[in-house]
Amino acid sequence: MKKRWWKILCVVLLVYVILGALLFEVPRLAILNETIRNLHFHVTMWFGMIILLTVSVVYAIKYLRSNKIEHDHYSVEFANAGVLFGILGITTGAIWANFTWGEPWSGDPKQNSSAIALLIYLAYLVLRNSLEDQQQKARVSAIYNVFAFAALIPLLFILPRMTDSSLHPGNGGNPGFNAYDLDSRLRMIFYPAIIGWALLGTWLVSLRVRIRKIKTALED
Amino acid sequence: MNQILSLISKEFRSEWRQKYALNGMLLYLASTIFVCYMSFNVKVGAIQGLTWNALFWIIILFAGVNSVAKSFIQEANGRLLYYYTLAKPEQIIISKIIYYSLLMIGLTLVGYFFYSVVMGNPIEDKPMFLLTVILASTGLASALTMLSGIASKAPNSSTLIAVLSFPVMIPMLLVIIKCSRNALDGIDRSQYLDQIGTLVGINAIIIAVSYLLFPYLWRS
Repeated sequence: MKKRWWKILCVVLLVYVILGALLFEVPRLAILNETIRNLHFHVTMWFGMIILLTVSVVYAIKYLRSNKIEHDHYSVEFANAGVLFGILGITTGAIWANFTWGEPWSGDPKQNSSAIALLIYLAYLVLRNSLEDQQQKARVSAIYNVFAFAALIPLLFILPRMTDSSLHPGNGGNPGFNAYDLDSRLRMIFYPAIIGWALLGTWLVSLRVRIRKIKTALED
Repeated sequence: MNQILSLISKEFRSEWRQKYALNGMLLYLASTIFVCYMSFNVKVGAIQGLTWNALFWIIILFAGVNSVAKSFIQEANGRLLYYYTLAKPEQIIISKIIYYSLLMIGLTLVGYFFYSVVMGNPIEDKPMFLLTVILASTGLASALTMLSGIASKAPNSSTLIAVLSFPVMIPMLLVIIKCSRNALDGIDRSQYLDQIGTLVGINAIIIAVSYLLFPYLWRS
């Protein structure tokens, strides 16, 4: 019972987020109109992905320091969940862009970098599957995980800000919800949504790690 | 320091002894450039700067993947084990990075020469382009050296190196293409010094991460 509070929190937050995101009053902005509600589903997916992938890297480093196989289980499952969030983020973005920009894929810098980020982590999963030995698989993929994450930072945080050509709201003169636009009505759902989705991802990870543990126990 | 120098000189000597590998690389570069030239089927100087630039870096990327990838994959297992008894892993990775950066700079310059001969040379600001070439070669070579170390642990390493390296190198390649495009157009240098700075930063991240992670890699 002690450890169950965060799952309850997750369910409560997400019910609140889904109801709030669809029903609450939102600010009226040109071009965006009602699609601004996608903020709570699309943008939060990226936040969730970054959080999960960061945790995955932390576990990869932990594994390299300690050689405990549980850390590797956590690392790969957090990466899996991060990839799932990434795919959901790209899909929700494409659906939204189809209505707002007129086409699902318009080669926006942020779209491209998210696609590359997914490619990197898919390569990570391919690398894992091509190695046989359990310890070697864990070690080599942890190294690639850290290396790829370091190469990802300039991609996600520096490059999109160097170009002013992004179509995304808040970039290149498009109306958006940056510092002064993201008003308190949106914030009231946006921040809980990030926490809620991140908790959901963690929940998923904890279940998958338990399945892994059972499998290894059965094999031994 | 002495050990690093002797490791580098060992790399040079072993390269010189297997001249077929070096000649193969140069021929690979020359024939790729010739294939591009034939497929565009143009007179000298007839393609636009944008295409010229992108094509050049794509050729260099593929030449790099093919030549630097062998840094660890090619080494026999027994020989690697022998190095590890002689030198620290940090010294090995630093010497490999230095050696392959030099090799890559050489390859890129030779490629630049061939390429200018058949495709024309529209570069306005040559010193700045050379600086970009040097930084780019160093970055590509150091990322590829580390990734080849990772890929060499897996059975199908030659496919894996492409899968692992392309997404990791795209951010770097984007900055490289932007810098060299500016040099090509002869834009005032102060306008894109920050991009050169970003390139230096990405190189520093990659080399630092390789230096930190390599000791874990060779143990497996």
